[in-house]
Amino acid sequence: MAKIAFAILAACVLAACTQPVNSPYSAAESGGSVLYSAFGERPKHLDPARSYSENEYVFLGNIYEPPLQYHYLKRPYELEPQTAAGMPTVRYFDAAGRELPADADSARIALSEYEIRIKPGIRYQPHPCFARDAAGKPRYIPMRPEELAGIDNFLDFTETGSRELTADDYVYQIRRLAHPRVQSPILGLMSDYIVGLKDLAKALAEAAKAQPKEAYLDINAFDFEGAYVVDRHTYRVRLKGKYPQFVYWLAMPFFAPVPEEAERFYRQPGMAAKNFSLDWQPVGTGAYYLAENEPNRVMRLERNPHYREDFYPAEGAPGDREAGLLADAGKRLPMVDRVVYSLEKEDVPYWNKFLQGYYDASGITSDSFDQAIRMNADGEPDLTPDMRERGIQLATTARPTLSYMGFNMLDPVVGGLSEPARKLRQALSIAIDYEEFISIFLNGRGLVGQGPIPPGIFGYREGIEGVNPVVFRTDCAERDSRSRGNDGGCQRFKRRPLEDARRLLAEAGYPNGRDARTGQPLTLYFDTAASGPEAKSRMDWFRKQFAKLDIQLVVRATDYNRFQDKMRKGSAQIFEWGWNADYPDPENFLFLLYGPHRKVGTGGENAANYQNPQFDRLFERMKDMDNSPERQAVIDRMVHLVREDAPWLFAFHPKSFGLRHGWVKNVKPNLMSHNLLKYRRVDPAARAAYQARWNRPMLWPLGVTVALLAGMIWPAVAAYRRRQKATANA
Amino acid sequence: MLNYIVRRLLYAIPILLGVNLLTFALFFMVNTPDDMARIHLGAKHVTEDAIEGWKREHGYDKPLFFNAGAEGAAKVSDTLFVEKSLKLFVLDFGPADDGRDIAREIKTRMWPSLAIALPTFLVGLLAYISFALLLVFFRGTRLDTAGVILCVALMSISGLFYVIGGQYVMGKLWHWFPISGYQPGLDAWKFLLMPVLVSLVAGIGDSARFYRALFIEEIGKDYVRTARAKGLSELRVLFRHVLGNAMIPILTGVVVVIPRLFLGSLIIESFFGIPGLGSYTIDAIQAQDFAIVRSMVFLGSLLYIIGLVLTDLSYTLVDPRVRLE
Amino acid sequence: MNFKPVLLWSDALILLLLAVVAAGVWLLRHNETFRAPLRQVLASRMGSATALILAVYVGIGLLDSLHYVERLPDEPGKAAQYSGEVKSVLDKLLTPLREHVEKTYSAPFATHLYAKETMTGPDGRELRDYPRLKHGGAHLADPDTEFWPDVLKRGGLGVLGGMVFWALLVFPLWKRGRAHSALAWTLLCVLVVTGLLVALAPHYHVLGTDKVGQDVLYLSLKSVRTGLLIGTLTTLVVLPLGLGLGIAAGYFGGRVDDVIQYLYTTLNSIPGVLLIAAAVLVVQVQIEAHPELFDTAAARADMRLLALCGILGLTGWTGLARLLRAETLKLRELEFVQAARAFGVSRMRILARHLLPNVMHLVLITVVIDFSGLVLAEAVLSYVGVGVDPAMISFGNMINGARLELAREPVVWWQLVAAFLFMFVLVLAANLFADQVRDALDPKAKGRA
Repeated sequence: MAKIAFAILAACVLAACTQPVNSPYSAAESGGSVLYSAFGERPKHLDPARSYSENEYVFLGNIYEPPLQYHYLKRPYELEPQTAAGMPTVRYFDAAGRELPADADSARIALSEYEIRIKPGIRYQPHPCFARDAAGKPRYIPMRPEELAGIDNFLDFTETGSRELTADDYVYQIRRLAHPRVQSPILGLMSDYIVGLKDLAKALAEAAKAQPKEAYLDINAFDFEGAYVVDRHTYRVRLKGKYPQFVYWLAMPFFAPVPEEAERFYRQPGMAAKNFSLDWQPVGTGAYYLAENEPNRVMRLERNPHYREDFYPAEGAPGDREAGLLADAGKRLPMVDRVVYSLEKEDVPYWNKFLQGYYDASGITSDSFDQAIRMNADGEPDLTPDMRERGIQLATTARPTLSYMGFNMLDPVVGGLSEPARKLRQALSIAIDYEEFISIFLNGRGLVGQGPIPPGIFGYREGIEGVNPVVFRTDCAERDSRSRGNDGGCQRFKRRPLEDARRLLAEAGYPNGRDARTGQPLTLYFDTAASGPEAKSRMDWFRKQFAKLDIQLVVRATDYNRFQDKMRKGSAQIFEWGWNADYPDPENFLFLLYGPHRKVGTGGENAANYQNPQFDRLFERMKDMDNSPERQAVIDRMVHLVREDAPWLFAFHPKSFGLRHGWVKNVKPNLMSHNLLKYRRVDPAARAAYQARWNRPMLWPLGVTVALLAGMIWPAVAAYRRRQKATANA
Repeated sequence: MLNYIVRRLLYAIPILLGVNLLTFALFFMVNTPDDMARIHLGAKHVTEDAIEGWKREHGYDKPLFFNAGAEGAAKVSDTLFVEKSLKLFVLDFGPADDGRDIAREIKTRMWPSLAIALPTFLVGLLAYISFALLLVFFRGTRLDTAGVILCVALMSISGLFYVIGGQYVMGKLWHWFPISGYQPGLDAWKFLLMPVLVSLVAGIGDSARFYRALFIEEIGKDYVRTARAKGLSELRVLFRHVLGNAMIPILTGVVVVIPRLFLGSLIIESFFGIPGLGSYTIDAIQAQDFAIVRSMVFLGSLLYIIGLVLTDLSYTLVDPRVRLE
Repeated sequence: MNFKPVLLWSDALILLLLAVVAAGVWLLRHNETFRAPLRQVLASRMGSATALILAVYVGIGLLDSLHYVERLPDEPGKAAQYSGEVKSVLDKLLTPLREHVEKTYSAPFATHLYAKETMTGPDGRELRDYPRLKHGGAHLADPDTEFWPDVLKRGGLGVLGGMVFWALLVFPLWKRGRAHSALAWTLLCVLVVTGLLVALAPHYHVLGTDKVGQDVLYLSLKSVRTGLLIGTLTTLVVLPLGLGLGIAAGYFGGRVDDVIQYLYTTLNSIPGVLLIAAAVLVVQVQIEAHPELFDTAAARADMRLLALCGILGLTGWTGLARLLRAETLKLRELEFVQAARAFGVSRMRILARHLLPNVMHLVLITVVIDFSGLVLAEAVLSYVGVGVDPAMISFGNMINGARLELAREPVVWWQLVAAFLFMFVLVLAANLFADQVRDALDPKAKGRA
C-alpha cells in the first residue's frame, strides 16, 4: 500500500516537473512548497549591525531574530515578544543611582535599565562556525590556509553545527555596533543613548589601528557598561535618561543576536577574499537561512531545521477571520520550505512574469495600474475582470510614510518665520494641487498629507478634524446630509481656491507673482537629484503648479552628491523629501522638525532646517510621554504650529497596493515587520495548473515566419536569376 | 612586424597609466571620498565619525595625487593614486568597496555575457554583410530603396524598444521563452535565444546601412568592371572582389570588439536579467564603488589595446599592401 | 518694445554657423568644383525632395532658436521688468498648442481624457467617467455627433488652404519651366500637412497629450531643435578631429600615429558615463558660480546641452578616425599616391587631392549614421541618468517616457509614434540626401543610372 502511494506521489512530482517551456526556473527549483519572488538590486549588506535598508531587511528579517517583533495581524501595530520570553521590563534610576518609580518625571531620570529574558532552547541554523570535530574542538576555527585554499564555495564547508541561543549573543551584537570594521549606521545615534557605547567605539578604533589589519579584534575584551549578561537567558541594556522608543529598536535587526563564533570564523585571513563574511553568509536563529547567495542571479532561503517552536497567531484585527487570515491559527511555523528570489531589475519583465505565474506577488507600477485595477462605482479600487479570472487578489494599506515638499528655512526668499515668508509658503501649499498629483502620478494610490504624521501612527487624526485648515476648507451644502457625519458636522473638505493663494501671495509682497518693491517677477528654485522620464513629467507638473500663481519655477537638477551637499550646506531652496517610519511612534516623524536636529551644521534629519522654539519645547515634552490624551493634545499643538509655519508642504502618504496569486495564503500587508515569510502558505498544485494554463506556447507564428521568409527568398532568387541573365547578355 | 607588435604592447603602459590618471581625476571630481562614504553608509543617521571611519577602513583617507604632509618620495607615493592603481598592473583587483572580491565577480559574470555576445557577433556579422550584399546586388532598384528605408527605420528606433517589443511578442504573447532570467548549464539556451535574436534585429539597421555604403563605393571601381567583363558571375564579383576590397573598414569596426565581447551589453543584460558584466561598470559608477570602476576601466582599456593591435595585424592579412612600420 | 531678445549660447553658435555657411556659399558661388555637385544633387529627384524636407526641419529649428523674454506690464515709477520665461518665435507661433494643457493623457483627436475619474455629476452624485478635455474639442457641444463633421470640415479647409498656397507658389515657376516635379510634389505634401495642422491643431490635440497634459505635437516640434543641435554640433566637433587626426595617423605613421593612437585609446577606455557626468558637473559648478549669467531655466538647460554635445563630440571622433586611419594605411601604398610622392607633390596636396576624395564615402556614411545615432543616443544617456536637462524638450526624453507608457494598458502609443515619425523623417531625409551627395561627389558614378 505504501508503495502504491509512493508511486502516485512520484508521478505527481514528475507531472509537476514537466513545466512550461518558458519557465525561468530549472526543474529542480520548482515544485513543492516554494515561494517565488524577486529583488531589484542586490543587497549590499546582510550584516544585521550594518544593514539599514528595506531591500536588505526582506532577507534579514527572516534570518535574524531580534528579541521583539510586531504582531502579524493586529492594527495599530503592536510589539510582542519574539525570542524574548516576555516584554522587556524597565527600571529608572536618578543621577545618584537610586531607583525611581515608573511614573517619575523624565527630567529626573538619569538612567534606564531594560531587562530582557529570552526563551530557552532556541537553536541557531546549521553553520560551519559551530561545527566541531571528534575532540569537541571547533572544526574550522582556526583554519589552516592550505585548507581554506581548497574551499571555493560556501557549500564546501561540509561540516556544520548548531548551538543554543544565549543572552551573550545579544550583548555581543550590541558591542558589535561599535566595531570599527562593521561600521554600523546607527552607532552615532545609539551612542547618544546606550551608556558607554561611544567610549567603547573609541577604544576599539584605537585598538584596531594599533594592530595589523587582518588581526582578530576581540571586542569582548573591552570594558562596556551599556549591556551585560545576567544569566544564560537574561541580559540588560542601560540607557542614558529616558528613551521609551528604545523598545521599537529592539524589534530591528540591529539588536538581533550574533554568535561570537561567527565573527571568529569569518575574520580569519583569506575568508573575505572568497566572499565569506557576515555580510554575505548570515548566521541566525530565524525561520529561514540563506542557502544560496548568488546576488547576480538568485538568493535562496531554506527552512531552518532547528527553528524554535513558533505558531501562527490565534487572534487578529477585526475582519481578519472573515478574510481567512486565521484559518491556520495555531499551526507550526514556517509553512513554506523554500523561498527563491530572482534578480529582476526592470518593472516590465517582472510584471509579465507575475502574470505568467512565475512570481507569486507583485506591486503595481503606475503604468500597469489600469491593467490591474479599476475603480468601482464607489470610487474604491477593485481588480479588473482579467485579474479576477486569473484568481489574483488585491491587498491595500496606507504606508507609514510621508512624502513632502520642503522649504529651506534658511533661504532668504522662502525661509524664515517672518509673516511674509510664512504667507508665501502657505500660498504655495494651496496652489500645489497634490490631489491632482496623486491622481496623475500615483493613480490615486495616496492620501493627501494633512500634517507630519501619517495614518496608522499615534497622533494622526482621521476625517475632518485632521484636515489642515491652512490649505483646505470644509465644503458642505447646507442640507446635504450625505456629506455630514453622524453628529451632523460637515465631513467634506476641499482645497482652498486659487484666489486664497493669490491673496496670501499678495500679502507676502508678491502681487501677481511680482515683487511689490521692484516689480521683478518672482523666480523660485527647485533642487532635485531625480533623473529619468518619471522625474521629467514630475518637474513639468511642478512648473505648471507654480505657474498658476505666475511664479516661475527653475528646476536645478543635479546629481545625487551635489544635491546632498546642497542640503547639508543649506543652499537648496525647495526640495522633495520623504521619511519612512523606523517605528510606529509620532516621535519618529516630529523629530524631523526638531530644531536641534537641523541638517545644516548638525547633520541631523531636519532637512528643512525648521527651528521654532515653541515647537522644540513641545517636542521635548512629547517624546517621553506615553500614548495618552495628553500626548495627543501636545501633538495637536505641534501639528498646528507646523501647519501655520508651513516649512513643509505635506504632500502625500502613499498607499501600498499589492497583488498576489490565489495560491499564496495568509497575506496581510504589514509594513513594520520583516519576518513575514514564516506566515505564508502556498498551494503548489494550483500554481502548476495556472502556469500550465497561461503559458501554452503559440506555434503558428513560427510557421508564419518560415513561410514569410520563404516568400521573400523566392522572389529574390528569381530576380537574381533574371538579373544574372541580363548582365550576361549585356 | 614583430617589432611593431612589441612596440605597440609597450605603449600599453603609458596608455594604461594615462587612463588610470584620468579615471581617478574624473571619478573624484564627481564623487569625493565623503560622498562615497555616505552612499555606502546609507541615508539615515549618518555622522561625521562614521564617514571618517569608512574612509579609513577603505583607504580613502589619503590625498589623491600629492601628499604634502609626507617626506621626500612619499609625497608622491603615499597617495591614493599610487596605492590604488599600482596593483592593477599585476591584475590584482582586490575587493570592491562593498567587500566582494572583484576578480571572482568578473570570472563568474563573464560567461553569461560571452554566451550572448559571441553568437550575436558571429551571426550578426554574417547576416548583416549578406543583407548588405543583397541590397548592393539589387542596387538602383526598388528593392534597394526599400531596403535602405527599412534600415533607416530600424536605425530610428531606440534600442530599448527592440527589447520591450521582443519580450512582449516572443515572451508575453507567444510564450516561447522565459521573459527574463538565467540558469547556468544546459538550460541556458532558452534564456539566451531571445536576447540574441533581439540584439541581432537591433543591430541590423546601422550595420547593413554602413556595409552597403562601403560596397556601393567599391562596386563603382574599375577593377570590378574588369572582373565582370571577364565573365565572372555577379555573386563571385560581390563576394570575392567587392567584399575583399571593402575589408579594411569592416575589420576596423569588427576586430577591435572581439576581445571586449565578454564585457557584455548594458541594456540587454539588465532587461533580460542576465548576470553578465554589461552593467557592472555602470552600476558601480552609480553606486560610487570606485574599486570596481577603476578595475573595469583598466581591464577594458587593456582589452581595447589588444583589440587595436589585432586590428592592425588583420589589415596586413587581408591587404598585403598595408605596411606597419 | 514689449520684448527683449535673448541670445542663448547655442543660439549664438547657430547664428555663427549660419553666417559661416552663408559666407562660404557666397565665396564659392563661382567655384565650379563646388557648384557642379551641388547642382547635381538638387537636380536629382531624391536630392531635391530630401533637401526640402531638411530645410523644413532646419526652418523649425531656426524659428525655435530666436529667443526672447516678454515685457511685463509696467508699474508706475519702476524700471521695466521682463518675464523670467524665455520663449522662442516658434513658441509664439505655437501659442495655442503651448497653452492648451490638459490634466493628463489624452489620445490623438480625443475629446475626453484617457482615464476615468470620479466626478460630481450635475445632480450631486459621484460617478466615474472620462472627463471632457479643457481644450481638445472643447468647442463641440456634443462630441458624439459633431466630432466627425467638424474634423472633416476643418481638415478639408486646411488641405484646401495648403493646395491653394502651393498653387500660388508653384505655378509661376512652373510656367517658366524652373520647377522640379519631385520638388513640387514634396512641397505639396509639406504644405498640405502644414495646412491640416494649422486648421486642426488649435482645436484638437492632433498627436494627443502626454502624462502632464502637454500637447505632443508641440513637444515634437520643440524637440526638433534639440535633435538638430545635438546632431549638428557634435558632428561639427567630430568631423575636423576625426578627419584630420585619422588621415594624419594613417599617412604619416610613426610618432604621429603613436600620439594619435594614444589619444583615442585613452579616450575610448574611459566609460562615457563618467566623462559625461564629469562634464555636466563642471558645467553645473560654472552655473552655480555665475548665477547671474544663468538666471533662467532655459539658459541652464542650454548650457548642459552644449556640454553634452561637446563631450559627445570629443569622444565621438575616434570611430571615424580609426576608419580613416585604416583606409589611409591602404591608400598611401597605392600607385597614384606613390607616384605623386615620387613627383615631389607636397604632403598637404597629396592629402587634400588624393587621399581625401578617396575616403569621402567613409566620412559621409559615418557622419550620417552618427547623426542618426546621436539623436537617439540621448535616450540611452537618460536611461543611465546623464542625459539632457530634464526641463529640456527632446526626442530622447519623449522616447524615455514612452518606454513606461508602452507597458500601460490600454497602451499609450502616441508619444512614441510621434517621436518616431519626426525622427524617422529627419533621419531618412538625411540618409537619402547623403547618398545623393556621395553619388555627386563620385566622379566614377556619373555614367551610372
